[in-house]
Amino acid sequence: MRVRRIIAIARKEVLQVVRDPRSLMIALLLPLMQMFMLGYGVNLDVSHIPLCTVDQEGNQQSTDLLKRFSASRYFDVRAVATTLAEVTRQLDAGGCQLAVVVPRGFSRHLADEGAATVQVLVDGTDSNTATIAAGYAGAVIAGYSNQVQLDAIHRRGGQIQTLTPVSVQSRVWFNEDLESSYFIIPGVVALVMAIVGAQLTSLTIAREWERGTMEVLVSTPVTPLELMLGKLFPYFAIGLFDAAMCLALAVGWFHVPFRGTLLTLLATTSLFLMVVLCIGYYVSVSIRSQVGASQVALILTMLPTTLLSGFSFPIEQMPRFVQGVTYLVSARYYVTILKAVFLKGSSVVELAVPVACLALYAAVLVTLAARSFRKTLD
Amino acid sequence: MFGRIAHLLMKEFLQLKRDKSARFRLLIPLVIQMLLFGYAATFEVFNVSTAILDQDHTPESRSLVAAFVHSSRFQLTTGASTHRDVERAVAASDAQVGIVIPAGFSELLRKGRSSPVQVLLDGTNSNTALIALGYVNEITGTFGQAYALDLAQRTGRALGQPLVHVDMARRYWYNPNLNSRWFFVPGVIGTLVLVTIVNLTAFAIVREREVGTLEQLLVTPIRPFEFIVGKTLPFFFVGLIQVSVVAAIGLLWFKVPFAGNPLLLVAGTCLFLLSTLSIGLLISTICTTQQQAFASNFFVLNPMFILSGFSFPISSMPQALQWITLVDPLRYFLIIVRGTFLKGVGIDVLWPPMLALAAIGFTLLTVSILRFRKALD
Repeated sequence: MRVRRIIAIARKEVLQVVRDPRSLMIALLLPLMQMFMLGYGVNLDVSHIPLCTVDQEGNQQSTDLLKRFSASRYFDVRAVATTLAEVTRQLDAGGCQLAVVVPRGFSRHLADEGAATVQVLVDGTDSNTATIAAGYAGAVIAGYSNQVQLDAIHRRGGQIQTLTPVSVQSRVWFNEDLESSYFIIPGVVALVMAIVGAQLTSLTIAREWERGTMEVLVSTPVTPLELMLGKLFPYFAIGLFDAAMCLALAVGWFHVPFRGTLLTLLATTSLFLMVVLCIGYYVSVSIRSQVGASQVALILTMLPTTLLSGFSFPIEQMPRFVQGVTYLVSARYYVTILKAVFLKGSSVVELAVPVACLALYAAVLVTLAARSFRKTLD
Repeated sequence: MFGRIAHLLMKEFLQLKRDKSARFRLLIPLVIQMLLFGYAATFEVFNVSTAILDQDHTPESRSLVAAFVHSSRFQLTTGASTHRDVERAVAASDAQVGIVIPAGFSELLRKGRSSPVQVLLDGTNSNTALIALGYVNEITGTFGQAYALDLAQRTGRALGQPLVHVDMARRYWYNPNLNSRWFFVPGVIGTLVLVTIVNLTAFAIVREREVGTLEQLLVTPIRPFEFIVGKTLPFFFVGLIQVSVVAAIGLLWFKVPFAGNPLLLVAGTCLFLLSTLSIGLLISTICTTQQQAFASNFFVLNPMFILSGFSFPISSMPQALQWITLVDPLRYFLIIVRGTFLKGVGIDVLWPPMLALAAIGFTLLTVSILRFRKALD
């Protein structure tokens, strides 16, 4: 192995990237775009739920109840309907996501039977938002119910103080305000690494084949290992640069807390970069067209990183066999590490298991990639 | 004119027919992605790993613990005998929720006073944590209210019956069991078709240019408009086939209901395909190599995907981004797909997104034809 030859290959690769505007765009613009799109666009926090109210009762009590909804910061009253047909239309068209119906006879039922029902109709299409919205609606109605109860008891001269005797004192760790951007953004680093790393390297060998320079390359004394190291080194540097850029944006722009150490992040990011770079290189050797290689690389890296890494969809809620599949996805370990390093401030020791898995993964892929290239032309 | 278009169509289909790997490439990734999304994309919260510490050891505390354990939302994963155990379990991610019922819990309850339960949450996944906290509140609320009423009746402090209360009857329309899959699977139809059709169209034209056959075609008497029609029409059919395949998987495999009018979905798909083909065409006029086309596609398609409301609600985005979503054809197509699949609404509700889709489609088509002509000169 000659260092001189590795440097020569690396220099050539750098020139190729610098002179190809699209590669540069992927290397520099893509991380920015991903961070901003996902940082701003991905928000699972539910507030200002568009609400439609129907007051079929129309007296003081029903007005009081509905006032609690308009006062809540979780709801925006968008429509006041008079008939159920109107409610149906609002929900059908998506103008409102939730409708509260106070039925006729509400106060009478409450006075005579001691129980009355408020109807809440929820657009369940977006099941996640629906769950959260219905929870907030339930809390508003429970609050009203308690008030009514207490009033009734006090009117009779009763002396009960509270109807919610169990109070929940919640403390949230690691993401104290339950900001969904804090949860999403650390994972974006993995997504960017996966896309940039595998995309750029998927072109390197395929390009030689397409441009007919492979013959020249094969006739040089360079060994397969030297070739791989020389080809991958520039992309490794680009990957680390992108990671630094993402970290700066995450902390400086989106104010995501970073509680771990840079060293842990650097070490684990290097491991993950090795994995994705080798995936891209392997694909590039196997598929000799640039377009084909980049498409396959995209499916192999971006898809599992988006869906199976726990980046946004929690792994523990997936069906058992899909959970099994996630163990084969390298991004799973890296996303776990990223979230822990950013939010929990975990050290390498605490992250021993995912780090070891990632290292094993990297070792296997480096071996595979190193053995994939043969100096033959067929 | 039709003769020339027909010839070009023939050539395209022949090319597609002889390209054995194309048939594989066009369908297999689609099916894999559909299955992945169907199984992996979920925001539901069940069986949250939980550590419960009961320091009170009374019938009251035990029945509250039972209420948590029997709820299907929480699953006891680690035992805890001290406060530190609970904290350690949450810190080590052995439990996402830690619940501590402190000593003296039932004594305060019996006195009719407010009695605290401590809840410790791992907020790393904010969405799961928020929903889990909602369930904690619901369970303790129900428990507390039943207890308070019972106590008031027994001690006579409520003075006379009956006690009044207001219930909530909640009904979820369109997706009664709040199945995440019903939300994601119809959406996947839109995103997959967007990605494959834009890629196919852009590559097909750029490839002709790269290989040099575009010039050959242009010396024939074919006109730019005819060329575009002949070139894109095959992909239009490919798109329709893909939608049918993916929709069939959604209906038959994932058992997502289809409540609306299939013809309406077909009409919406045609309008959406118009937009996707035009975007592909437009990209092909900007790029000279397939590699460039691939990179450009990524930069165009990724924001379209994120801003479409596919998995993240548009109403929660910052206002500026919400405005940008207005020109995203995928956004409108998703309204149509979910409207026909889940809501079963008709044209009376879906005409605005249809109209928007048509407007975007025709604008894009006009621009791309104009640009395409210029690119040829």
